[in-house]
Amino acid sequence: MSSSPRLRALSLYKELHRLGREYPDPSYDFHGRIRRLFQKNKDLTDPEQIEQALRLGEYIKNETLALYSLKKYRHLRQKYPLSSDSPSHS
Amino acid sequence: MRATAARLINILVPVKRCVDYAVKIRVNPQQTGIDTNVKHSMNPFDEIAVEEAVRLRERLKDAVKSIKVVTIGPPKSSETLRTALAMGADSAIHIEIPESAPAPEPLGVARALKAVVERQQGGVDLIIMGKQAIDDDMGQTGQMLAALLGSSQATFASKLDLDVEKKVAMVRTEIDGGAEELVCKLPAVVTTDLRCGHDVFSDSFTEPRYASLPNIMKAKKKPIEKLTPADIGVDLTPVLETLKVTEPPKRVGGGKVENVDELVAKLKEAGFTAVSA
Repeated sequence: MSSSPRLRALSLYKELHRLGREYPDPSYDFHGRIRRLFQKNKDLTDPEQIEQALRLGEYIKNETLALYSLKKYRHLRQKYPLSSDSPSHS
Repeated sequence: MRATAARLINILVPVKRCVDYAVKIRVNPQQTGIDTNVKHSMNPFDEIAVEEAVRLRERLKDAVKSIKVVTIGPPKSSETLRTALAMGADSAIHIEIPESAPAPEPLGVARALKAVVERQQGGVDLIIMGKQAIDDDMGQTGQMLAALLGSSQATFASKLDLDVEKKVAMVRTEIDGGAEELVCKLPAVVTTDLRCGHDVFSDSFTEPRYASLPNIMKAKKKPIEKLTPADIGVDLTPVLETLKVTEPPKRVGGGKVENVDELVAKLKEAGFTAVSA
């Protein structure tokens, strides 16, 4: 894993772009937003600001992953209820 | 000098490329099946199986010698194998069938997996797979495989642990109204349920790890052995013939009534009669 901010930003962008392909809401312009967010910060020079921007990117990535994971889990729990989900008949 | 583990475990994880869970299923115009020109991904229960295997290795470390994944499917199934390799499997086997071939049936899959197991140098100690595939919901392959191999089985597993010294698997399985704790002699077949690490009061489940892009790139270097059903001496021709596939009848809309008298009238129309006093 290289520590160069440029390479980190590039790999983060690629990762987010790939994640965006599975976004559940087709009307949400995930790719456009990511591109604009990155473009907005392309001229940053202060290491602290760059670090902050990268952290925000990581945060968005984790939030998106959590969204996908929860959505899938909820769907599966609904379609494959566990025996403890149904009320007991005594 | 570190002693090598006296017993090493080889794990096999069969996975299936299924229609993705989020896809809206449509019956094809010929009414012979569903439209498969849609997004596919690894069966979620198989994702949990891969995750369990990788977590076993994280706990048992060198005692787990290898984690192999195997799939039976068209050329595109190799993408599913790459995902599993990116999650932590070491190598993969792809039993390739033509794109146009009918989907294999559980018995055919079980026979093929048995042949794969028998081909493995060093044997297979543990087979972890999903309890069912979300596209056909058969839930038979694991059980059939265990029967063909003559090995122990623990199905609908919600918790899995190994005692490498004693060569047993300790499994908590979901049963009606609760859970059952089993101790299975290895080799064993375990099919994974949705919840792993579950107890009555918590609601955790085994969350399959995300296959990050760097891991997917690294996975491209891991070997995938390509085989055909003929190579392993198995005929995957379906035994069952699907006559017709239709959607469930459309729900008829409900109607609203203004008052109780109207409700009674409608009930009478529908053929309900009063209960005799």
